[in-house]
Amino acid sequence: MTRESRGTLVIDVERCKGCELCIDACKPGVLSMTTESRNDMGYLYPELEPGCTACRACALICPDFVFQVWKYDEPVAAGEAA
Amino acid sequence: MSLELLEGSEAIARAMISAGCRFFAGYPMTPFTEVLEGMAEHLPDVGGVCVNAESELEAVGMAWGAAAGGVRAATGSVGQGLSLMQESIAELCFARVPMVVLNMARGQGDYYQATRGGGHGDYRTIVLAPADLTEAVELVQLAFHLADKFRNPVMFMGDYYLAHVVEAVDTGPRLFPPLGPKDWALDGSTSGTGKARIVSPIMPTKRDAEVFIEYGDYLEGMSGRMAELVAGVDPLYEQGGCEDAEYVVVAYGTPGRIVRYVVEKMRRDGVKVGFFRPVTLYPFPAEALVAATRSARAVGVYELNAGQMIDDVRLSLSDRPITFIGGISFDDSGFGIAPELTPAKVEQRIIKAMAQARAEMAASAEMAV
Amino acid sequence: MTGVIDTSAPPSRPARLVDDFAPPLILPGAHQLCAGCGEPAAIRSVVEMIDELGLTARAVGVFGIGCYTSFSPGMDVEVLQALHGRAPSLATGLKRVQPRSIVFTVQGDGDMVNEGLQEVIHTAARGEPVTCIMLNNGVFGETGGHMTATTVIGQRTKNSLEGRDPKKHGYPIRMAEMLAPLDGVAYVARGATNNAGNIFQLRKMLRSALQAQADGLGFTFVEILTMCPTGWFLQTGEAPDYLEDKLQAYHKVGIIKDVSVP
Repeated sequence: MTRESRGTLVIDVERCKGCELCIDACKPGVLSMTTESRNDMGYLYPELEPGCTACRACALICPDFVFQVWKYDEPVAAGEAA
Repeated sequence: MSLELLEGSEAIARAMISAGCRFFAGYPMTPFTEVLEGMAEHLPDVGGVCVNAESELEAVGMAWGAAAGGVRAATGSVGQGLSLMQESIAELCFARVPMVVLNMARGQGDYYQATRGGGHGDYRTIVLAPADLTEAVELVQLAFHLADKFRNPVMFMGDYYLAHVVEAVDTGPRLFPPLGPKDWALDGSTSGTGKARIVSPIMPTKRDAEVFIEYGDYLEGMSGRMAELVAGVDPLYEQGGCEDAEYVVVAYGTPGRIVRYVVEKMRRDGVKVGFFRPVTLYPFPAEALVAATRSARAVGVYELNAGQMIDDVRLSLSDRPITFIGGISFDDSGFGIAPELTPAKVEQRIIKAMAQARAEMAASAEMAV
Repeated sequence: MTGVIDTSAPPSRPARLVDDFAPPLILPGAHQLCAGCGEPAAIRSVVEMIDELGLTARAVGVFGIGCYTSFSPGMDVEVLQALHGRAPSLATGLKRVQPRSIVFTVQGDGDMVNEGLQEVIHTAARGEPVTCIMLNNGVFGETGGHMTATTVIGQRTKNSLEGRDPKKHGYPIRMAEMLAPLDGVAYVARGATNNAGNIFQLRKMLRSALQAQADGLGFTFVEILTMCPTGWFLQTGEAPDYLEDKLQAYHKVGIIKDVSVP
């Protein structure tokens, strides 16, 4: 199931230490940790699914400043490619 | 030149303001108290700030903040209060923050505290010890100049007598060579420019500086910096009657002034005695002392403690008998008034020491034969 | 996974940047703090509020000694590095001689409440127009998780392994509540960095405190509860809830004093 996306992220996965604070902070619940892929430091890192609202919660709580937040001029409809 | 009859503390306060001191913080303690009173009274007249700090720890902290803001700042206290400030004085050296610290000592038991310091790490402070008010108003101004020149705290060592004696003195500004602008000082104006300044005892540079200096490297740099400081300061001293003296007495501060008086009197009486008074206690005027004692068979050290400066005399002179002729002396107030510090008593000690030196000399000559 | 969006580069659709990785005032690689630390979010909020208020070119941070000292050389903001516990007196001296500057301190609970408690109290009582910021995680994080004067009852630390017991260790100090009644104090609040809602509220608090300083209203204080999963012996993901359940139960989040509100 996918949702409308009002924004999106750039994630600097190589700086991530896998603390998962962003996962709970994300109100729409569209961030989840990888289960297999790890960055060069060996940490699991977050991935984004459709439904981002560009609320900045992930960026504000992240201790390692791995998020860049973008707000779309026009929302991207559910199911449409980002 | 205009002479005014002033009490020592008042003269020192006015001279500090003449030197451009615009921030002072202190906590009362005799005999430092009246300097604080003077600064509280006079600093606002020149647009300066005097804060009645709630403790010596805060006094030195406030002066640290003000000095980091690029203003000439000072604090001070007495033995116990300076003990509380030791951590900050050490770190001020690491952080390269200029500051004048008044050490209005009770007696002379704080020579080690002043010249060695009770703080941590490889640091030293310049220590200036005047013997009278004429010298005090000059040295306290020199202290600000040296502090800025070397970006290091400078200690001004006074005592109970110096704080309270009344003398005719000119507290007007003295001239020193010009110094560069304080391009390291903080006011917020470099924030957000990509070149924000930092004044820190642990991190001398920002992380993105062209040359980023790590903490360990910075600490290692202290030996070079302290050597520079020692090499850069002209050791100051006063001497009299040393050219043909068979005995030289070393003393500093107010006792140095009494020794000077006694030696001059003994000279008039025909005794071949001289005096040597270190004015910079650190760096200690070792070379000058060697020259001053060239003709002396023995050297005496008079200080109002159990023998502290005598270490520096021993480090300076290796080939001469050195005797301690001072001692701890306090009246019941404990403020630093020394019943032993009278010309007659000092003269007796010198006469006795000279006689003993002659006897020892004769005995060793006999042994040699 | 089919639902995963490519987040390796900026979007190709029309969009505007609303939050860059680190704020411009924080230098890249600014810190080496543990995973899940609550302090970077606090520091970020501080510098972003300074920037938002247009006060950057007047700002000086006075740092204490703790994990957050990592940011002392890591920000494009002037920094005066203080000794452990002594930041408020340095801030006082600096502000007195540079009254136009915006001076904020950054201290931890160990630094402010243990080592230098009287400094902040006197600075507050004097009404010094500076902003003291205390990062409160209830442990000496830098030494590896030891008890401080704000450690809550029952909290386990390396030198209170069975949990803080009032019979042995006394009671924690509520710093914000202690400072608020003093006459020189213009603004006191306690925020937290454990969730987005608290961070948004914290940013408003910091904004109010800095604005009150700029307006010369008096001493301002913002306490920030931060996560220390390392010092709390927790998984990083458990720390935000621990903060809410344990720390916030004793150190309540909210605005405690604001003289600008009649």
